[in-house]
Amino acid sequence: MLRALKASVFAVVLLTAVFGFAYPAVMTGFAQVAFRHQADGSLIKIDGKIVGSKLAAQAFTKPQYFHPRPSATAPAYNAGATTFANLGPTNPDLAKDVEASARAILRLEGPYNPGLTIGDVPVDAVTTSASGIDPDISPANAALQSRRVSSVRHLPLATVQTLIEQNTDSRFIGFFGEPGVNVLKLNIALDREQGR
Amino acid sequence: MSGQGIGQILVYAVVLTALAYPLGLWMAHVYTARRLPLGLLERGFLRLVGGDREQSWKGYGTTVLVFSAVFFGLLYLIQRVQGHLFLNPDHLGGVPAHISLNTAASFVTNTNWQFYGGEYTMSYLTQMAGLAVQNFVSAAVGMAVLAAVVRGISRRSRSEIGNFWVDLYRSCVYILLPLAAILAVILISQGVVQTFHGHATATTLEGAQQTIARGPAASQIAIKQLGTNGGGFYNSNSAVPFENPNGLTNFLELIAILLIPAGQVFMFGKMVLARRHAWMVYIAMFAIFAIGVGAALPSEQHGSQVLRSSGVNIAQGQGQSGGNMADKEVRFGIANTALWATATTDASNGSVNGGHDAFTAAGGAVPLVNIFLGEVVFGGVGSGLYGMFFYILIAVFVAGLMVGRTPEWLGKKIEAREIKYAALGALFVPTMALALTALSVVTKGGLASIYNPGAHGFTEALYAYTSQSNNNGSAFAGYGALNFSADFGAIAMFFGRFVPLLAALAIGGSLAAKKTVPSSAGTFRTDGGTFVVLLVGVIALTAGLMIFPALTLGPIVEGLTH
Repeated sequence: MLRALKASVFAVVLLTAVFGFAYPAVMTGFAQVAFRHQADGSLIKIDGKIVGSKLAAQAFTKPQYFHPRPSATAPAYNAGATTFANLGPTNPDLAKDVEASARAILRLEGPYNPGLTIGDVPVDAVTTSASGIDPDISPANAALQSRRVSSVRHLPLATVQTLIEQNTDSRFIGFFGEPGVNVLKLNIALDREQGR
Repeated sequence: MSGQGIGQILVYAVVLTALAYPLGLWMAHVYTARRLPLGLLERGFLRLVGGDREQSWKGYGTTVLVFSAVFFGLLYLIQRVQGHLFLNPDHLGGVPAHISLNTAASFVTNTNWQFYGGEYTMSYLTQMAGLAVQNFVSAAVGMAVLAAVVRGISRRSRSEIGNFWVDLYRSCVYILLPLAAILAVILISQGVVQTFHGHATATTLEGAQQTIARGPAASQIAIKQLGTNGGGFYNSNSAVPFENPNGLTNFLELIAILLIPAGQVFMFGKMVLARRHAWMVYIAMFAIFAIGVGAALPSEQHGSQVLRSSGVNIAQGQGQSGGNMADKEVRFGIANTALWATATTDASNGSVNGGHDAFTAAGGAVPLVNIFLGEVVFGGVGSGLYGMFFYILIAVFVAGLMVGRTPEWLGKKIEAREIKYAALGALFVPTMALALTALSVVTKGGLASIYNPGAHGFTEALYAYTSQSNNNGSAFAGYGALNFSADFGAIAMFFGRFVPLLAALAIGGSLAAKKTVPSSAGTFRTDGGTFVVLLVGVIALTAGLMIFPALTLGPIVEGLTH
């Protein structure tokens, strides 16, 4: 027993040194040399200032921008405190949230999409993401928002659609995962298109 | 369900098996070879801890307990005093006592249940030198114990089953570390963060301030998946893009979740010279895995009651994966989230890439049942297969009763002693999980943790104690971190880890001491299809029937609610 205790103390110190310090330090050293941009959070800079990360949704409310999925973090899209919404599939609060989101979307997109009904709203537009900072929206969701953005910006719809395609992350080797439209990159591309 | 989704799952199964097989052979070599490359380092380590003399199962078990206790103490301490220590760029304070207790138990027992949000609770020091170390070590403990048990099975008339320090060292250095380093490098290249800088602050396009948490994550995430740990660097775990940015990382992390446990089945086959038997065990595991995916995927694709009645478009195709997208990520969609939920609970991993609390009734019942079965479908590293041994022993015992012969397994007579330990190993944890769930729903302190109303709330409690008792760590995450749930959770994790572990070691020790008997025409064959059916049946009839009454109170009622 005492022998095991002594051996354990030695082992704990040694294992902590190797796996707790040496291993992450070597990995960080490698990362900072070989993949600095990714390792630091895939930050996007404009004129030297950090405007966000490719991998984190940020709040967009203005009509000239594409909007991300709902977020349950506090405040919304807090990339410093990610969270699920945790509302169960039969929870009345989920029904209320979904209904409110759908109504807001119909109000926002309706004027640009004559005859728009709730059946046209893609499910990802009214549900919170798992991380609260899902950087993507589904291509269907982007298509729904494209008429508004094109109209508010006085850009041809075809131009907006091209930019959507350019900022869609397809499946890895066309197979793994699902395609998603990166909202922040798309909005930056739109601003750039118009020289802002 | 699309062909695309099913195709991804099939490719996953094939790639997993193709990688697990050679890894299994390598692991068998690691645990049986007299010398391995870089032996000098090993000898140095062994000198430090007092030599490599072989131990009885009791000696082995005692060393495991003492070693785990010392690490438990250290991990508790680091959390409490992290506010005064270095590597804390975001100036986080000490972790509260009950949460520290729960978390220390959680990581030492390979559970990685999270009653905290990583990025805003744990300093980089705690994450690296506390939690990530346990991701290696608690995994290595499970692997070492399995190696010892298998060694015991393969021996004749011996009282020793190996030396814990040798097995621990080799698990860490020759299996976990190289795999983790390779995976970490790939993850970093894809966008998983790995930095000592504190959070970044962005000024968004609309002029708001956004905090972006960072840290040395990739090195930790690689081992959290490989070691079936599952504790996220971030609160939303593998759903967060900084942990799991795209389809490639998702696929690789999914492979990593089951790689070592799947490989251990082949390792076992090689070490006991019964490859056909190992394949049968593998097939039985795969059958249960397939049933799980087959139940979870269509249910999630069908969507939840609320979403279906809301009238929004949940149909798959035309630019969306559709289905129950609540608490799921677009880049994973339904197929990859359902697959992940199944894999992470077949293993004792518990990392999630979507929120299980928001799953449909059937979609959420699959992970719950998987965990309740004891995570023997591949299972935790080490603990999965030695957990499966309990069921195998019960299966050959049942077969023996049917034909009226003393049961045998791998040339060893299975007698009352082994069956008692197997029954203890198989039944203790589910009994404890049910008892603690019951306690938590009849006490004020327990009820306070429940977040969702109705039957779903009961499922949250059932899931919490099932997950912690079985050292899984995934959660219906609405279940709140209160003192009651933190303390009883810690108890569940502790006993859930060490009771089966000791029972398995006892079986290994007992079998090591036996002579082998030549198999005869009357011996029940464990290398054919009949055995597979019997094994799956035994699992369904023991743990499966135990959870059924509880299921009727939770997911089944919920599934019938509209």
